[in-house]
Amino acid sequence: MSIDLSQFHQTFFEESLEGLETMETGLLNLSPGEVETEAVNTLFRVAHSIKGGSAMFGFSAITSLTHVMETLLDHVRAGRAGIDRLLVDALLAAVDCLTETVLAMKDGGGHDDRHIAASEAQLQSLLPAHSRIEVFRAPVREPTDEPEGKGVAIGATWRIGFRPFPHLFKTGNDPLRLLRALAGVGKLAVSADISRLPAFGDLDPESCYLGWDLTLDSDVGRETIGEVFEWVDGDCDLVITPSSGGPIPLPESMLPVPEADHHEPVLYDPHPSGHAHGEPSRTGSERRQPVSPGAEASSIRVSIQKIDALINLVGELVITQSMLSQCGQDLSSQGADNSIGGRLRDGLAQLARNTRELQESVLGIRMVPISFSFNRFPRLVRDLGHKLRKNVELRVSGENTELDKTVMEKIGDPLVHLIRNALDHGIETPEERRAAGKPDTGVLHLNAYHSGGRILIEIADDGAGIDSRKILARARARGLIAEGDSPSEDRIHDLIFQPGFSTAAEVTDISGRGVGLDVVRRNIKDLGGVVEVRSRAGQGSTFLIKLPLTLAILDGQLIRVGEHVYVIPLVSIIESLQVRKDRVSSLAGTAELYQLRNEY
Amino acid sequence: MATILTVDDSASIRQMVSFTLRGAGYEVLEAVDGEDALNKARVGPVNLVLTDLYMPKMDGITLIRELRKLPTYRFVPMLTLTTESSPERKAEGKAVGATGWLVKPFHPDRLLATIEKALG
Repeated sequence: MSIDLSQFHQTFFEESLEGLETMETGLLNLSPGEVETEAVNTLFRVAHSIKGGSAMFGFSAITSLTHVMETLLDHVRAGRAGIDRLLVDALLAAVDCLTETVLAMKDGGGHDDRHIAASEAQLQSLLPAHSRIEVFRAPVREPTDEPEGKGVAIGATWRIGFRPFPHLFKTGNDPLRLLRALAGVGKLAVSADISRLPAFGDLDPESCYLGWDLTLDSDVGRETIGEVFEWVDGDCDLVITPSSGGPIPLPESMLPVPEADHHEPVLYDPHPSGHAHGEPSRTGSERRQPVSPGAEASSIRVSIQKIDALINLVGELVITQSMLSQCGQDLSSQGADNSIGGRLRDGLAQLARNTRELQESVLGIRMVPISFSFNRFPRLVRDLGHKLRKNVELRVSGENTELDKTVMEKIGDPLVHLIRNALDHGIETPEERRAAGKPDTGVLHLNAYHSGGRILIEIADDGAGIDSRKILARARARGLIAEGDSPSEDRIHDLIFQPGFSTAAEVTDISGRGVGLDVVRRNIKDLGGVVEVRSRAGQGSTFLIKLPLTLAILDGQLIRVGEHVYVIPLVSIIESLQVRKDRVSSLAGTAELYQLRNEY
Repeated sequence: MATILTVDDSASIRQMVSFTLRGAGYEVLEAVDGEDALNKARVGPVNLVLTDLYMPKMDGITLIRELRKLPTYRFVPMLTLTTESSPERKAEGKAVGATGWLVKPFHPDRLLATIEKALG
């Protein structure tokens, strides 16, 4: 039977990527010095699992790297290696390398062997010297049809003394199956040894009392016979001898074997009428219905195009439904209020309700938890913290808040930017923090929640805050604020979103090039959102992003000016009010002014 | 035809094992870890259990130990999936009542030969 293993490759890639993500999260949560057995066990298991799969499907590059990971993690598990930053860094690098490799393979491309080798070498250097692994090879075993030629003459007769221990059945093994297997490789003569059989009253039906002396005429080697008995090694006394006749030499434990108890050798019957022990036989009618194998699947993957097609269709449906409603109203106003008109109105009202629900459900398909975006930040914060030599603790909340997939994809970059900023400019070095009377470790809090049909994302740090004086000075120097003007604190802080506005003393490779916050604000504006900042010197800054839940459908207000009808998106409407005639004043007969809250 | 319960946390290995066994005419139940397997084994008769060793929630060794406590599973063949580098795993399996083992990585033909050997 030939099976194409490549049909399982995609599943393997998917589960490996999932596993690697689990490993990354697990590694980021490991604290140096601490030994969290369960966390290490999980890491070990995932590495082991990916290794097993890659070996099965022949991806030897992945096998060799995961093997070293597994070995290293086994040392950690056994307490022979400690968890330190070096180890976590090396393992994270290996996870990155594997992710890259799996992604490349998934797309049908090649992988970078040197990268894998480098990552492997990095891990090897952390292993205790004696347990370094030279080369790992795990070939898929192909069954061979070649006769075994190892040291045994072809056409030999084997004599086998087989005395199972009483507990043999309890391992799920059955001597009958072993005899059948032997009968399958040659001509087998069987003689039962019933000398150990107790009196009927003492007989335990779950124990094995029988022994066998077997004579096998076959051209197979000792290895094949040994393989038949491989699983019962340790559960029986076994003697295998090539023989031309004569008694089988048995070890002392099998003796004595009284001649009288030996039955006449019989040729093995492969279809015996009864079982040697009391395992109940099953008939077809007792067989259970198979459980659906897909029962554990609670979600399916659907291409985004299919969903978008559905959303477009529902959009059209909503328009059709609006048209019909309008027709219904026109009909009523024309006095067609007979029974048909009434039924039509009821039907249209129901259609309107169902359409609205359908629209909400379909849009719900596009909604994904924001954790998809948040999940990459622990790594980002960790790596940046290292680079900047700052201790930062990332706290995440509201990660299950849902928003439109498109919005989420586009908000990723602005969020990264704000987090980089918070680490670079916001949170201080441990020394500075200590001097300011704060704990060494800064806290960056990422929070998401729904409010008023919008999603709000907060990025709050407990760092130095925005230095208003510095900003004001710079704004004055650039002519953004007039000399005599003294703007409010909020207005000053808002200046950091101006193009080319950076107060960073030096340009680092993380942030401070002056291209930045203005781009963040523009990107968020493109999504129909806004970004604000609140800051207090010495206590930290909070960036607040407000976004629409979805971009797929926009509710709007219809406005008629003269003969033209316009739609204004609801998100763009700040306030709407009813005009009172007595508040309108004419200005020299050409212009009109409206008085609102005592202002014109 | 016999019903085989295959237990592995790896979906690709599960798929491969099921596909191979179903192709040979066996009925196959899949479980994602030891706990899942124990529940499925309790529901209906299974003629053979093939389990991975390292799994979340409940590992293969614990699964075999628990299954052997059930009256209907005292004599059912149970095989472990193990890697070549771990002879001690084979012994550990045997100690809790495993019937035998299948060494990873394996070819589908080898899987079938092993199942036939265990079912006789």
